[in-house]
Amino acid sequence: MGETTITKAQFAKQTMSSVSSIITTAIVLIVDALLGYFTYRLLSLGYVPLAIVFILIIAIISFAFLVPKAHMFRWMAVGLAAWLLFSIFPILYTIYNAFTNYGDAHLITQTQAVAQIEAQTYLPETGKAYEWIAYRSPENNYLLWLKDSEGNTSIVRMVDAQAEDHTLQVVPGQNGIGELDEEGAPKTIEGYTRLNRISAATDKNLTNIKFGDPEKTIQVRSPSEAAELLPLFAYDPQANTFTNQLTGVVYSDIEGTYTARNGEQLIPGYSAVVGTKNFVQFITAPGLRGPLATIVIWNFIFAFMSLFLTFSVGLLISIIYGDPKFKGKKLLRSLLLIPYTIPSLITILIWRGMLNPDLGVVNRILESVFGLSPDWFNVPWLARIAILIVNTWLGYPYWMLVTSGALQSIPSDIYEAAQVDGATGWQRFWNITLPLLLVSVGPLMIASFIFNFNNFNLIYAFINGGPPIPTATTQAGYTDIIISYVYNLAFASGRGVQYGYASAISLVLFVLIALMSLAQFRFTNMWEEVGENV
Amino acid sequence: MSNSKSVSRKPQSIKRSKQLGLVLRWLLAIVLVTFSIFPVLWIISAAINPVTDMANQQLIPANANLSNFRELTTNPIFPFFTWLKNSLKVSILSTLLTLSLTTMAAFAFSRFRFRGRQSLLKAILLIQSFPNLLAIVALFSIVKQIGDVIPWLGLNTHAGLILVYSGGAMGMNIWLMKGYMDTIPRDIDESAHVDGATDWQVFSKLILPLLRPILTVIGILSFIGTYGEFIIARTLLTKREMQTAMVGLQIFTAGQYTQNWGVFAAGALIAAVPIMIIYLILQDQIVGGLTQGAVKG
Repeated sequence: MGETTITKAQFAKQTMSSVSSIITTAIVLIVDALLGYFTYRLLSLGYVPLAIVFILIIAIISFAFLVPKAHMFRWMAVGLAAWLLFSIFPILYTIYNAFTNYGDAHLITQTQAVAQIEAQTYLPETGKAYEWIAYRSPENNYLLWLKDSEGNTSIVRMVDAQAEDHTLQVVPGQNGIGELDEEGAPKTIEGYTRLNRISAATDKNLTNIKFGDPEKTIQVRSPSEAAELLPLFAYDPQANTFTNQLTGVVYSDIEGTYTARNGEQLIPGYSAVVGTKNFVQFITAPGLRGPLATIVIWNFIFAFMSLFLTFSVGLLISIIYGDPKFKGKKLLRSLLLIPYTIPSLITILIWRGMLNPDLGVVNRILESVFGLSPDWFNVPWLARIAILIVNTWLGYPYWMLVTSGALQSIPSDIYEAAQVDGATGWQRFWNITLPLLLVSVGPLMIASFIFNFNNFNLIYAFINGGPPIPTATTQAGYTDIIISYVYNLAFASGRGVQYGYASAISLVLFVLIALMSLAQFRFTNMWEEVGENV
Repeated sequence: MSNSKSVSRKPQSIKRSKQLGLVLRWLLAIVLVTFSIFPVLWIISAAINPVTDMANQQLIPANANLSNFRELTTNPIFPFFTWLKNSLKVSILSTLLTLSLTTMAAFAFSRFRFRGRQSLLKAILLIQSFPNLLAIVALFSIVKQIGDVIPWLGLNTHAGLILVYSGGAMGMNIWLMKGYMDTIPRDIDESAHVDGATDWQVFSKLILPLLRPILTVIGILSFIGTYGEFIIARTLLTKREMQTAMVGLQIFTAGQYTQNWGVFAAGALIAAVPIMIIYLILQDQIVGGLTQGAVKG
């Protein structure tokens, strides 16, 4: 009796688990199918790289949920998919872009560029022609009645007209078409006036308007003739060249731009691989190299000075007011912590207002007390000082918190021993406090350095990197750091976008950051922790 | 520190130099506190000052009232409360998504041993040091392309932005979470396994309740980080009514803000309040998280 119960229970358990695994499989297959359809749609729109990422995601999900041995990956399949899509893929894409001329005049794919160039047309001097009569509405919309040599008639709208059909049948009663004359042309069309020869010949717009469907456009050639436009450039897919049908000039593909021998270029170009050209530009182009050198040097000074100032002020506060006998310590700490509790963007914008050279409160006070009015926004070194002041304000509470914790963990008997040996307070600080502190907060100092090295929010929101460097050919300013310079290269309006060049600098910056991060990981033993069997 | 030099002097002078030290300390404290709270006082003063022009602002405003706050609710080019709602929505949802993705992934890294575990962990950490701002062109085109197929995940949608935030925030959080889980003894789950518990039961019934402190830390920091982020949000959300509070405030100061300084101040104050409250209540947890390597956004 007891045995059968156990068997039943086991049987029930087995059935349960096989049912649940069938359900799991079914769900995974449905998810795969949905993602597969999505991937297919991406492919049909020509987004090949993104489609490949989704194929990988389908593979990860199927592997994790359908292979029993891979059960641990079920826990991270979704996370890994998100990581792949929004962390890894953007980096690979940036690396690829770094070797292309993606940017102004090279924004689209080759297929798109070829299609756009092929769409350019010209009006042939001879060839198939139509008789025509024009109709004009009060809003300057036109209709064109056409009759070819075989006597077939039709009415066409303008190419850019908002209508479903651009070609209409000439049937009286439809679309407001009235009676026809002996030629077959409507005497009236509702809402339009029929133009006679003279008024048609003197109409300034008429000869510039393209009529008909976008694929087959027709233009007025002379008072008696209208003709179909022909493609201006003929594409040869084998040679990858365009030939101008009027002049016979051949344009061949040079780094994503179809260029004639005399240097004339067809627009648009496409995003093409240009090798290491973007990297070589750092070194060779003076308009780029000059500002970049200024920016890199300032970037290091800025990160170092930010760390130094915030750390010093924070440490000073925790040493002076760390004394447990000091009254009002708690209140003081809360008041000094306030800058830290406000989202940094908001405090940056507040400081931007306070330091406004003409109207800001800081200059109003300086003006009335000292008679000074420093131009924080337009004098390079003043702008840099202003940014460091703001960053000190933003950052010292962090170091106040960190160092006050770290100071408490330094054993007090070391200080007592030093006092017995007759060390002065200054000596104790330099020989005991600081070295021990640096060991315990060293990794955080590296992290803080890296954070400030890429402190885009501060630079961008304060005065967007200004004041501008006059010799720069792209938007670059005296307070710009690498990351804000890169951002402006990619997105600043007015001076053109240069994604390829921006990506190349991003890569160099990434290598710098990765090296600093590795130093930080070494310092914290994070790297070694991975291998530990906990 | 200043009193140590006077050890050999007479008791009276010790007392005097101690007093001097105290006075100096308080003087310095006043300077520091002025430096730290002046901007805050200034923005509060600007917010309640009916004169919105920056040039005419006084620290103690005459005829203080709430007209600037009222302006926030009525001004159509500054739909501040819509932005604030968007900010809270995006931050809360991305925080929840980040927490669930990272907690589960960290569980696998902490509890299972498998091939590729170490390399994957190292890769996740190293990739994290690449600021995703640098890949913003790529992020923009990925979201645009996805949106061409699924419109509700594309540009100008909060869902797309939430996915970008969550997918980009995996690295450090997985490490913090895994490190914390490693301190929970494995004996607990082993005995549960002996009693026939599945991995999921061990995770949800045993481990998850113990994770409350680290979940709080990662949750707060992730909330504060996404709430304060503006540049990715600005790139992906171009429609005014979809933008977040930070994007709105930043764009506002790029325009004629010196004339509308009071309105900006009122908005900045309201936007800062949720974060200030979180900080003051949960100070100690946040400090704990920061010293473990997280950086404030």
